[in-house]
Order: sequence, then structure tokens, then C-alpha cells
Amino acid sequence: MTGFRRALAGLLLGAFLALPGAPLRAAPVPKDVLVVGQIAEPASLDPAVSTATNDFRILVNLYEGLVRYRPGTLDVEPALAERWSVSDDGLTYRFTLRPGITFHDGTPCDAQAVKFNFDRMLDKTHPAADTGPFPLAFFFAAIDRVEAPDPLTVRITLKEPFAPFLSNLAYPTGLIVSPAAVMREGRGFGRRPVGTGPFRFVEWQGSRRLTIERNPDYWGTPPKLRAVIFRPVSDPNTRAMEMLAGGLDVMVEVPADALSQFRDGDGFRVHEQAGPHLWFLILNTRHGPLQDRRVRQAVNYAIDKRAIADSLLQGTAIPAKGPIAPAFAWATDPAVTGYPYDPDKARALLKEAGAEGAKLTFYVAEGGSGMLDPVAMGTAIQANLAAVGLAVTIETYEWNSFLARVNGGLSEAADMAEMAWMTNDPDTLPYLTLRSGALPEAGGFNSGYYANPELDRLLEQARRSGDRDERGSLYRQAERIIVEDAPWAFVAHWKQNAVTTAAVRGFALEPSFFLRLDRVSKD
Amino acid sequence: MGSYILGRLAALVPVLFGLSVIVFLIMALIPGDPATAILGPYATPENVARLRQDLGLDHSLPVRYATWLGNVLTGDLGRSSSLNRPVLDEVTERFAATLVLAGAALVLASLLGLLAGILSAVRQFGLADKLVTLAVLVGISMPTFWLGLLLILVFSVRWRLLPVSGMVSIYGGGDLPDLLWHLALPAATLAIVAAGVIARLTRSAMLEVLRQDFVRTARAKGLTERRVVFGHALRAAMVTVIPVIGIQAGFVLGGAVYIETVFQWPGIGRMLVNAIATRDVLLVQGGVLVVAASYVLFNLLADILQRLLDPRIAP
Repeated sequence: MTGFRRALAGLLLGAFLALPGAPLRAAPVPKDVLVVGQIAEPASLDPAVSTATNDFRILVNLYEGLVRYRPGTLDVEPALAERWSVSDDGLTYRFTLRPGITFHDGTPCDAQAVKFNFDRMLDKTHPAADTGPFPLAFFFAAIDRVEAPDPLTVRITLKEPFAPFLSNLAYPTGLIVSPAAVMREGRGFGRRPVGTGPFRFVEWQGSRRLTIERNPDYWGTPPKLRAVIFRPVSDPNTRAMEMLAGGLDVMVEVPADALSQFRDGDGFRVHEQAGPHLWFLILNTRHGPLQDRRVRQAVNYAIDKRAIADSLLQGTAIPAKGPIAPAFAWATDPAVTGYPYDPDKARALLKEAGAEGAKLTFYVAEGGSGMLDPVAMGTAIQANLAAVGLAVTIETYEWNSFLARVNGGLSEAADMAEMAWMTNDPDTLPYLTLRSGALPEAGGFNSGYYANPELDRLLEQARRSGDRDERGSLYRQAERIIVEDAPWAFVAHWKQNAVTTAAVRGFALEPSFFLRLDRVSKD
Repeated sequence: MGSYILGRLAALVPVLFGLSVIVFLIMALIPGDPATAILGPYATPENVARLRQDLGLDHSLPVRYATWLGNVLTGDLGRSSSLNRPVLDEVTERFAATLVLAGAALVLASLLGLLAGILSAVRQFGLADKLVTLAVLVGISMPTFWLGLLLILVFSVRWRLLPVSGMVSIYGGGDLPDLLWHLALPAATLAIVAAGVIARLTRSAMLEVLRQDFVRTARAKGLTERRVVFGHALRAAMVTVIPVIGIQAGFVLGGAVYIETVFQWPGIGRMLVNAIATRDVLLVQGGVLVVAASYVLFNLLADILQRLLDPRIAP
């Protein structure tokens, strides 16, 4: 019996001793190491495989592409290629590489290496073709062939002129990986990345942390930080508290509720940056009441976009006026006013269309990439539409189930569905989602079945034009048609945000939603 | 005893087999698959079809199950589609973290629960009893994730005594004190509900035992009250309490899912949630098998302990 008592006492004593025995603070993180709170563990650090913004934030520090976005813009500037030229017919791109650049594994980053990268994604018979899947390879579907006439020259020939090509090269899918490392690691490359960027990979400890460090052989200005630790903290409340408690130097995707706390609090700096994002409703133009354009316009007028952006999303978004994000200033017409909140006008349009009291089924997502606060937004929209006499039934689905339902087309099952896209060129979104050639039956994302030959023509012409002014004018024409026809309800553009401690210097969010840390330092 | 344990372990095989079939079927029934999850918004039917073929999802369900089962029998749990690493590596790493958390929580819950239960039984209807009963009621009714956030706010954000999240310090650290320091809040949060249940049961078991003749005899012999309570009554009461602790082990493992999310503990609960969201069938299978097996083993352990304590059950 005393044995039992002694065991109990021992356990108790042990428990009490263990806690005070623990340190009250861990070793402080040095000033040249930055801790970044991410929203999740990355899925893959292979840029050809990755599709997530969360991964891109790490990728752009490890790798470089032929070109990159100039800081603060979506315009391209030289990166691995120090210059390039485009043939008059817009079909041949000739890139001259910077000499002497090596990957982190010491192998040369030459024209053959660049060729390897594109062939790997596009040629099914390539020796590294099985190291995929490459979900965004279609960004480079226009490529006919890539040649390396000499070690510093890359010649890319397109099947047809494709204006967004340079912009796509600056996207993470165009980041250049080490061929030797891919051949060595196979599918495991995504967990042992090797690039040419200002930082190189150190370790990836499961869901705990991922560390990168300064690349001592970097060709450009070396980063000020010695290392960056990315910490996945998937619960947004915990992430905010970790920031408040001093466990993070930088936190991305701050929940709207927590933002004011950091705005008012000393010692923190809030960063915001609107980007090429659109949150919209796909409206079913083939079945049900929304076939009538007036009903679609009524839905647009009925939604109080200002209240959603300012109150519901607490200023983390701005109201949308049309399909093209203001981040593409050269491709959008500031005079387009879209659909200001006007329930009376909505009622009048519904009356005119004889659609008063129409019943609508509305697919709402529970979460998902770029979807902001989809359930609350869906509920607000339902209330807005009820106010003008539309009876909306919400069906909520978990993100993957949602995508499986929506991407195949809304068919007769639903009249509206939430959706959000982030893109790098004004071409991408309308080309993939509003063309008659992109209907679900043709394998595209036009889930609301909108078809307009005039729009098809404008979009095709715009992606073939090599002149940005001409492209801009074509997109502005397309914008007017899309706004007028209202195949979507245009709701909001997300302002991405981040919080840093006051000690963090040189930090800026990019319109591309990437997170470049090579100029960041800590006081 | 040996044959009893072997028999119970053998019974684990059909349980795990049945479970794996059910998990496989459920994962096949919910919409979306690893291909749509990987492709996300870019999941065109064409892309999905190609990727499904890549991932071997184009085979029929029975064929996929048979392939999986064959691999498992040779010790290969497959490769996670979302993490692109062997399921076994991920599951082992994650389960170790959960075991640490759940184990600490269970020990804490048992200690707190037993002490509170004994105290309130010995002082039945006294102030201590009333306080314990109230505390137990509050503990049982409290949503664990909310309690977790509350504790973080007080202990980590306001007082900065304990870390907000994680299992070891992000920089340096990694030794045992560092682990215990990180363990304190999540283990305490997780232990509170289980402690309530154990306290309630200990109280009623003790009350019953304390009224029995052998306790009166012990007191008549002149033993101190402490020896009567801890030496005689508690041992008899433990026979009833231990199986419940075994069942609580299951609840603690289940509750770990919430706690791991709130405290960002890199355990198997969080892994399973992510695996389901990304339709990572093999990872879900591997995780569920390990959790289920450990649940059964915990209960077996409780039964063995009970047999050791109670000569009437032992063979």
C-alpha cells in the first residue's frame, strides 16, 4: 500500500518540480533572424508544382525566374535574364542570361538549365516529367519550343503571340530550379528545394518550422538577414496572439477582427496592399431566373458592397466595380462606376423582368484560397437580396466539395456561386472564365455559361497584341461589356495585410501577393 | 494473463481491418479527391483527369483498396499526396507529438481527478465537496478550444509566462525543460474536462467503498484515517475508476484535435484535419489506424491494470 502512496506522491512531486524547473523565456531570436507567421505548412517548395500563395511567399526568396515583378508593381524587370528581345511577330523571345550564376548546389544556372525547367513541365517524355504534377503548366501552354543556342542565350518560340507571356514568366511557376537537384531528388525535390535566390534552404521540420538562410554566393545585393524562419500557425486567432506575445516578427493574413488591435497597439506596424484579386458571384446565365440580364443587374445593384468591405470585412477589402482589379491600372477604365448600391433600382429591374420573388439557390464556400469570409459574406448577400424580394437559399460546402461542384458548371442545381481569383495579368481571369471557349464542357472555368462573341474576339485580340496601350484599350472595351452584361456580381477586391513589429525595417507587401525578404532587416 | 493479452491483441486485427474499409469508403464518398485538392481553383475536368491518372486514382475502388492493403501488410503505408512524403514518416512524427500531449494530459487529469474525487468523497457535503462539484461542473461544461484561447490570453499574452503555441521554441530550445514549458498550457487545457469526469466517478466510487464493512473494520483496527482512505478504500475504488481512465484516454486523444489546432501542437489530430481537407486518403488511413490502435491499446492497458488490482477479475 505504501508503494502506491509513494508512487502517487512521486508523480505529484514530479509534476510540480517540472514546471518551475522550466525556463521562463526561451533564448531570444537574434536580430538577424526573422520569424514569419504563415497560414499553413507549405504544400511544396517546387515552384513548378506549387499553386498556393502561402508557398509563393517562401518560393520567391529561394528562386528567381528569367524576369520578376518590379517592387511595388506588376511590371516585369530583369532577373536571371539581364535583357531580352521579342521578334516583331511576337513569336520569338530571346533572353540573355547573367553570366556566372550558380544554383545553391553549385551547378551552373545556364541556358540548358532554363530549357530543362520548361521542358520538364511541357514535354511528357522529358526524363523529369514524372516529378510533377504541374498544375499551372498551362501558363506556358503557348510555348512551342525552348532552345539553348549557347550557354547564355535562351530562345523561346511560341505557337502564337501571347502577350501575358513575360508576366507569366515572372509568376512563381516560372521560377528556375536546379536540374541536377531535380534529377537527384525526384518528387522529393519539393521538400529539398535548390534555386539561385538570395536565400537558400536549410531545413523543413514538418509542421513546426521551415528555415532558409542568406545565400553567400548571391549575384545581387546579399540579404541583410542571416536567416528567416517560417512558422505555420494555421489558426488565425492563435497567429494573432503569437504576434501579440512576441513570438513572431511578421504575421501575414491578419484576421479583420485582430487588425484594429495592432493598429492601436504600440510596437506594431500594419501593412496593407491591394492586389489583383476579385471576389465575385458566378451567375448562372444558362438556367433559371438569372438568364435575364436585368435580373443579373438587379442582383448587382442589390448588394451593398461598401458595407461588406467596410463593416463585414472591416476595411480589409475595397468594393469592386467590375471584373478587372484596380491593380491593373493600365487595363481598367476609372470611369466605369459598376453597380452602386441601389435597392430601388434593383426592385424596378426585377419588376420589369417579372422576376419579383424569384427563388435562387446560392452555393457558399466554407473557406478557401482568397475567399475572405465566405459564409458571412454569403449571408450578407442573402439578406441584401431578400430586401429586394429575391428568396435565396444558401447551400454551404467545404472548399474541395465546393470546387468539385462549381468547376463542373452550375447546371440546373444552382443560380449563383461565390468565387475568388488572384491573377498576374488582366488576361487570365476573363480568358479562363468568361469566354465561350472556356465553358465547362470544353474543360474551362466558365461555370456560369456566359457567352458573347464580341468579348471572345476582344480577349483573343488582346492576348495577341504586343503593345500594352492597345491591350489596355481592348481590356477597357471588354470591361464595359462584362459590366453591362453582368455575368457575375462584382463584390470586392481583397487588400492583403501583414503586421510587423516596429523593429522590422524595409518590409513591403507586393501587389503580386509575394513576400520578398531580401531587403528586410531588424533593429 | 498472457493468453488474455494475446487474445485481445488478436481482436485488434478485425477492428483495424473494418475501420480501414470504412475510412476508405467515406473518403471515396465525400466529393472532391486529392486531384481537385491539389489543383484547387485550377481544377478543370481535363487537369483533374490527368492528375488522377498520375496519382493512380483512375483505378476502381476495390483495386485501390486491395493495393493499399497489400502495401500495408508489407509495412508500406504509401506516400501522402498533399505532403509528398511517406505516410509512415509523417504519422510517426505526428503521433509521437500527440502521445506526449495526450499522455501528459491524462496523467494530469488522473492526478487532479483522483485527488478532487477523494477529497470530495471524504468531506461529503462539506465545503470542499461543494467547491469540487462546482469546479467539476464548470470544467466539464467548458468548450476546450475556448478555454485554450482564454488561457493563452492570460498566461501568454498578458503575463508572458508561457509560450502561445508550438511544441518547442522556434529558435534554440528543444530540450526537455523547453518541451515541458510548451506542454503546460495545452496539457492543462486538455486535462480539465477529463479530470472532471474522473473526479465525479472517483467520488461516487469512494463513497460506495467507504460505507463498506472492511472500511469499518480498518477504522476499528485503529488505522489512521489517511491509511484507511488511501490504503484501503482507494485501492478498492480504483477498480471502478481505472477503466474510466482508459476511456478518458480515448476522449483525450479525440480532444487533442481541438487543442492541437488552438496551440498549434504538431500532433496527429491536426494532421488528420488537414489530410481530410486535402482528401489525402492514404494519410487519413494511416492516421486513423494509429489512433484507433492506440485507443484499443489504452483500454487494454486499463483492463490489465484492473485485473492486477482486483483479484476477483484476475484469472
